[in-house]
Amino acid sequence: MSDTSDRAGWPLWEVFVRSGHGLSHKHVGSLHATDATMALQNARDVYTRRNEGVSVWVVKSSDVVASDPSDRDLLFAPAQDKTFRHPTYYTVPEGVKHL
Amino acid sequence: MNAGSAPALDSALFEFALRLGDTTLVLGQRVSAWTGHAPIVEEDLALTNVALDLVGQARLWLTLAGQIENAGRDEDALAYFRDAHEFRNVLLVERPNGNFADTMARQFLFDTWHFYTLQRLATSRDERVAAIAQKSVREVAYHVRRSGDWVVRLGDGTDVSRTRMQAALDDLWPYTGELFVSDAVDRELVERGVGCDFEALREPWSLHVDGILREATLERPQDGWMHAGGKTGRHTEQLGYLLAEMQSVRRSVPGERW
Repeated sequence: MSDTSDRAGWPLWEVFVRSGHGLSHKHVGSLHATDATMALQNARDVYTRRNEGVSVWVVKSSDVVASDPSDRDLLFAPAQDKTFRHPTYYTVPEGVKHL
Repeated sequence: MNAGSAPALDSALFEFALRLGDTTLVLGQRVSAWTGHAPIVEEDLALTNVALDLVGQARLWLTLAGQIENAGRDEDALAYFRDAHEFRNVLLVERPNGNFADTMARQFLFDTWHFYTLQRLATSRDERVAAIAQKSVREVAYHVRRSGDWVVRLGDGTDVSRTRMQAALDDLWPYTGELFVSDAVDRELVERGVGCDFEALREPWSLHVDGILREATLERPQDGWMHAGGKTGRHTEQLGYLLAEMQSVRRSVPGERW
């Protein structure tokens, strides 16, 4: 209720699943479990019931360090007008091969 | 038995498939009753997964039984239109769910037996039996790990959980003897290289169970008088209630499709 990250010894875990196509692990949701073993089993039972994955990671939510939402402008807005950081900004000179 | 030209019914294999089909069906039905009632939503889904695995296996065994019998009965006819005395499941799986420790103790004792059984049936000389066992054993390998973990968690948990888990084991123990009894059907199938020598499972089963109980700081109950009869249709009264609930809808509208 007050602390959703550890309800009477059942901390929250973040679940990452890798699908079968060589892609990276992707965050799919969260769950409660008393320890890492149970978290993995619960992740299997809750998030891979429809053949979603070939590998699962679980991370304690409290171990995830996240950026502060109020820092959004400070951290990310300056990148918005830096079009020269994209390769498409540059025109390829004529005659250049093997690009 | 049949002097005519029709191939003789393989009554031993029919009986054998029925036993495994009924055992997985009845436990699947039992476990499915936890849906919506488990302690946390994650466990709710996990138990539902187990129930669905078991019902899926039951469908394969009962379909096989129907094919062997060759009398027009499919999986549904066998599941829904037989009464308690015609069911061939072991008694352990019809024990009521009780509390969570009761359910998990039953699951653990059964899963361990189920795993070793399927492991052996996976090399059955009958291709159909081997195929069902090979598919099922992967599911059951997970079941046995999960239920064993719960026995350890509850046994080596709080005073309350330990007391309940020990009580559950003590209650269920007299129903484990039946798992290791081979009768004429079993012996015939072992001889044909089709079945499973249940008596030989006692040792690996004991080894695994003892290991988990030690880790869980629980005491192995004494082997005393053991219940038996499920495999020949003599059941506890609880099976009737379970079947009534499971079969009532199908029987109220026979032949309906949905």
